[in-house]
Amino acid sequence: MALKGLDIFKLTPKKNCKECGSPTCMAFAMKVAQGAVPITKCPHMGQDVIDQLSEATAPPMKTIEVGTGDSAHKLGGETVLFRHEKTFVSKNLFASTICSCMDDAEIDAVLANIKKVDYDRIGERMYSEMLYVNYAEAKGADAYLNLVKKVAGLEQVLILGVKDPEVAKAAVELCKEKKPILNGADASNYEAMCNIAKEAGVVLGVSGKDLSEIHDTVAAIEKLGNKNLVIDVTAETAKETFANAVQLRRSAITDGDRTCGYPSIVNVAKLAGGNTHLQTAYAAMFVLKYGSIIVLDQLTYAQALPLCGLRQNIFTDPQKPMRVSPGIYPMNGADENSPCAITVDFALTYFVVSGELERSGVPVNFLITDAGGYSVLTAWAAGKLSAGSIAKFITEEVQDKVKSRKLILPGKVAVLKGELEAKLPDWEIIVGTTEAIELVNYMRNNFK
Amino acid sequence: MPFTPKKHGFNASVNEVTLGTGDKAVTFGGESTFPFYSFDAEAKHRPIIGAEISDLGYDDETEGYKAFFGAADVVERAKKAAAMDEVAFICLHFAAADPFGANKSTEDCIAEAKAVADAIDKPLVIMGCKNIDKDTELFTKISEALAGKNITVMSAREESYKAIGASAGLAYGQKVSAESAVDINLAKQLNVLLMQLGVSPKSMIMNLGSAAAGYGYEYVVSTMDRVRAAALGQNDTQLQMPTITPVSTETWVVKESIAEEADLPDWGPREERGIDMEVTTAAASLAAGSDAVILKHPESIRTIYAMIDSLC
Repeated sequence: MALKGLDIFKLTPKKNCKECGSPTCMAFAMKVAQGAVPITKCPHMGQDVIDQLSEATAPPMKTIEVGTGDSAHKLGGETVLFRHEKTFVSKNLFASTICSCMDDAEIDAVLANIKKVDYDRIGERMYSEMLYVNYAEAKGADAYLNLVKKVAGLEQVLILGVKDPEVAKAAVELCKEKKPILNGADASNYEAMCNIAKEAGVVLGVSGKDLSEIHDTVAAIEKLGNKNLVIDVTAETAKETFANAVQLRRSAITDGDRTCGYPSIVNVAKLAGGNTHLQTAYAAMFVLKYGSIIVLDQLTYAQALPLCGLRQNIFTDPQKPMRVSPGIYPMNGADENSPCAITVDFALTYFVVSGELERSGVPVNFLITDAGGYSVLTAWAAGKLSAGSIAKFITEEVQDKVKSRKLILPGKVAVLKGELEAKLPDWEIIVGTTEAIELVNYMRNNFK
Repeated sequence: MPFTPKKHGFNASVNEVTLGTGDKAVTFGGESTFPFYSFDAEAKHRPIIGAEISDLGYDDETEGYKAFFGAADVVERAKKAAAMDEVAFICLHFAAADPFGANKSTEDCIAEAKAVADAIDKPLVIMGCKNIDKDTELFTKISEALAGKNITVMSAREESYKAIGASAGLAYGQKVSAESAVDINLAKQLNVLLMQLGVSPKSMIMNLGSAAAGYGYEYVVSTMDRVRAAALGQNDTQLQMPTITPVSTETWVVKESIAEEADLPDWGPREERGIDMEVTTAAASLAAGSDAVILKHPESIRTIYAMIDSLC
């Protein structure tokens, strides 16, 4: 449980030496309780006290790190249940699945799909970050170990889905340097699995038949000194799985139960069987509500486009707007003689306007100018979108590349027309529509 | 010691609203928890699905859609959609009424609305063309023509709530959906205005605004989160109307759903992309707090129904 300022005060030397930068030990304790300063600022704290306090003042949900190098990812570390309260910090990761029960062709198809679905969306790489490697007991240990060997070199972080400690140990040996997740501890085997994970220094996944069993098992593993965990909340039904995911997150963040404060694995492939559209639906729900790792059969292009877009939206920092790079975006086969339409670099504006321009079917050079990532009116009000900034952009970046001298201005900044005509005498400045939705008709009627 | 998570129930609830008449009338809303939190309290009603039938663009639909419906005729399509068990209501979308588009006459729209209402026994929701003047005329006159049918008119907006509230809501006893642009304060203000006009909260639902997944969808989620939190946590009676979210009209116009496979071979078949975009957006809307979603493709409807069914 989180400590109050007074509890922390009792542990301080009470000398008011000011060496920590606070006027009194009491003031220092209050700041520590709020999380404003770390306890280590006090030079007189004993190590045992620091350990005790770091634990008590730690965030309600642990941040767990998996993978290495460019493939390192952080999971968890959330402090709120709703993104409007602050911000979500660790985006969900998507995993594709292979199994030692599959034949080579099936496995290769999954791996080929992982290679194919790998693209950039507003500066963020979208791909299947993880690979779930499932152990089919009937096929034996060798088949599984060969499979792990085959994929150990991939950049995807592996999740080893195996409950047999002997097989698990051998599998972990094959890939431990790359910091995979060993997803296989439950009430029956947790001691052995915990030792394997600890020795190899990898994250351990814990599951159970219900929340109570999961909680007990996690508590028992914590007692063995291992807190490098994730919780596989997947149950028999979607209803139970959702209940597990929400209640664990809520117990950790609202009720301060640290034993619940680990990232989650949700296997929507298991929940939906072979129904890929249903997998998509569940995945979308768990992007919003507390799935840290979402396991699908595979992340197809059709699924990745909306799911990764949704994730990018949900995990955006409300204080930092998403931006697109300034430049010329030719649309509908536009060439240097097509008219230009300009707007700001706020990602939402870009998406909405480019969508409507595309639907109009009219060739147009879509110009994005640097406006600090604000929407049109906000940027204008903040002085980030002005006749001066537009004229500079046109002169320096556009004039040499485009022959057309028609510039369509957002209707909301029609006020800039006169000043722009003065600054860009060669250009015909045309005031466009106020709303994006009117663009299709406007473009067809005026520029076809 | 067995672990028992704390329950976080509320003493307030979302309003229950009934759409349509007769055996197939449907009541929705009524939740006293966040969406699908059945571990806090069982929901009174499940979220419901409406099928969008548009009077425009049948030729551009995907093969699977056309195979299901068979013909462009609006009445026939409405009948086929209404025959699906998963569909709770039909949303008749007069996209062709746009004065800057096909400019279909109000008389023709009324006749079509009547024909559809006569052909189906499930509740009818009328969606306009987003032109405020035309929509106001459509909603007013269709409400009059279908008096007693307990239809719903989508989108009484800030600019049009007086005319639509007075006609559909007061004079003809229909349901009114208050449409605002993804902002809790705008939503509340519009509800207050409609209530001041005399429209009963029991005759109101909310369209809090929508977007396709990836297209500023965080605003939709946060608005819905905050509206549900205010409705339940603060017992804010001005935000307790159930929420209806048009999904198909947002998702089938974005690049992911309209780009042809020939242009982007890596992306694969357009139909799959369109369905996954519709399903993703609908699932996210429901998880954030929509009590009703409006979808188009039969496969999306079946999928989202299966999801709701498995969570309730």
